[in-house]
Amino acid sequence: MVEGGGATQGQAEARRTLVRFEAVAKHFGQVIAVEALTLDIEQGEFFALLGPSGCGKTTLLRMLAGFETPSEGRILLDGEDILAMPAHRRPVNMMFQSYALFPHLTVEGNIAFGLRQEKAGKAERAERVAEMLALVRLQGYGKRRIDQLSGGQRQRVALARALIKRPRVLLLDEPMAALDKKLRAETQFELMELQRKLGTTFVIVTHDQEEAMIVADRIAVMDHGRLVQVAPPAEIYERPNLRWVADFIGEVTMIEGRLGPSGGVLDTGLGRLRVATDSSAKPGQTVWLALRPEKLRLSAGRPTAGDLNTVAGTVFEIGYRGELSIYKVRLADRSLMKVALANTGARGQASFDVDDLVWLSWPPESGVVLTG
Amino acid sequence: MRASGKSGRRSWGARAVVRIPYVWLAIFFLVPFLIVLKISLSQTVIAQPPYVPVLDLAAGWAGLKDFAARLSFDGYELLVFDPLYLFSYLKSLEVAAISTAILLAIGYPIAYGIARCPPRLQPVLVMLVILPFWTSFLIRVYAWINILQRDGLLNDLLIGLHIVDAPVAWLSSDTAIYIGVIYSYLPFMVLPLYATLEKMDETLLEAAADLGCPRWKAFWLVTVSLSLPGVAAGALLCFIPVVGEFVIPDLLGGSETMMIGQTLWMEFFSNRDWPVASAIAVALLCLLLVPMLFYERLQQRALEGEH
Repeated sequence: MVEGGGATQGQAEARRTLVRFEAVAKHFGQVIAVEALTLDIEQGEFFALLGPSGCGKTTLLRMLAGFETPSEGRILLDGEDILAMPAHRRPVNMMFQSYALFPHLTVEGNIAFGLRQEKAGKAERAERVAEMLALVRLQGYGKRRIDQLSGGQRQRVALARALIKRPRVLLLDEPMAALDKKLRAETQFELMELQRKLGTTFVIVTHDQEEAMIVADRIAVMDHGRLVQVAPPAEIYERPNLRWVADFIGEVTMIEGRLGPSGGVLDTGLGRLRVATDSSAKPGQTVWLALRPEKLRLSAGRPTAGDLNTVAGTVFEIGYRGELSIYKVRLADRSLMKVALANTGARGQASFDVDDLVWLSWPPESGVVLTG
Repeated sequence: MRASGKSGRRSWGARAVVRIPYVWLAIFFLVPFLIVLKISLSQTVIAQPPYVPVLDLAAGWAGLKDFAARLSFDGYELLVFDPLYLFSYLKSLEVAAISTAILLAIGYPIAYGIARCPPRLQPVLVMLVILPFWTSFLIRVYAWINILQRDGLLNDLLIGLHIVDAPVAWLSSDTAIYIGVIYSYLPFMVLPLYATLEKMDETLLEAAADLGCPRWKAFWLVTVSLSLPGVAAGALLCFIPVVGEFVIPDLLGGSETMMIGQTLWMEFFSNRDWPVASAIAVALLCLLLVPMLFYERLQQRALEGEH
């Protein structure tokens, strides 16, 4: 199994652009599905297009597959413009959200479909189908009809069918949307393992931020047909470039304030807070401090150590999640701040009760200052 | 106790519901069929009724034995040895087979076209296909006599367009039969085809294209393959009744060739030979049983496939 989510991002060898969207835009009548955007996807990476429904991520994927034609721009594969190439000639294969398995064919018939179009010999076909069945762990299921399979098995048939032609890029359109939560979690790790084993470039479309963070080496966050941020998962989580991204990915508490004249301090409704800023924020500017719940510490007494920011409040609500509990703390300005505490105690007993007076603290570098 | 009594009553009701079709079939199919079968084994006489023996249950067991001894296969013998009947059967099968092929060739593009129309247009188009049913079948076939006759609409049109110089004798020919059959049965071909084509998942075609299949080939490998149950349903829905068709060949066809329905009518009404007419009917039923059973099996398999 794989240790740690998104661990594969370290193994970037010689970085080489495989797919390039060059100022690609797509309009459906008056509706702009994708606004002119440029995006590079590297050879061998697991790339995620993440965003709420209707953000244009699926349209982007379908343009790459050849099912939609861009209104503007070019799509390059290995430096060559593939727009003139019809879908059936493109060396990319897609795994559909509905799986789109052929109901009149067996599992083998479905998996072999792509090879049949290539006029591959019977022996080669049988060998590669067997190889694919083994890869997705469906040995012995070759003769089954599609309607005799469970949802998870169908998903694996769809994957095998898309992989058998050894595509340059495998496109996955919400591949796990139809699976239940537990199976989805297993499948995510299986997909990552598969991707590393094959070295094929995977492009996944998903609206599930957790899924994107787990499987992908890099994520493109999209909203309203635009790219909002393109970065590895940890960077998107730790260093979001916009309030929208911080809010979309994971939990966050936002504190509005004005940067002090010398920088490094922020005047807010909760008093003066110390912050670590990069150069983009100017003194006197209104900015937002984004704080992740797990970066905050909760204590009964006021911590005195060094340059910690401290804020007092009362526990308003406790949400027990198993591995951790979410505390909602009401602050002096009536706002609520979320704090996540790992339940490491033997019995998972809560350290604090509702209405307890508590102190929140965090070092300045734990928060992210956002200008927009 | 109350619950079990209730469920017992319900299961009785459920069983009764299941039996209604059997009772219906027994009264309106099995009993008449047995009567026809019995008459087909009788001999014709000039009397009232025009056949012997007549089953007389009052005579008891001896009467029944006497009755059984007097049954004969003369009617069936005639069917085999007089080529008139064989030709009639073959003619019927020929007309049915050719019509079904033409109906499929015309009906498939129509059904496919409707299924690919915008969803809000589809009910209107289906309505248009069904619309002719609002006029009596007989009247519509009579209308074709008007269209096809010597100074009818078709000849007027062809002469008006200078396609032909003199009127063509359309009526009383095989062509007229085919025109009538194809016109009358087209909805029976289009509707089952539309039903299968309409529920087809468009992404299957995208999947085929994605896997390297050009559009025309995907149509064949995916669309046509998946619509085969509809093709079978439509074909049998047309083929079976056309074999026994009487009205269309009688009104539009010529006198030199007779379909089996006409032969049957002639034996019954003109020759008053009830036993032979009944034998024709029984033989026709046996002939049609083959495609019907085939259709039944297809449907069974389709049903199993849905689970």
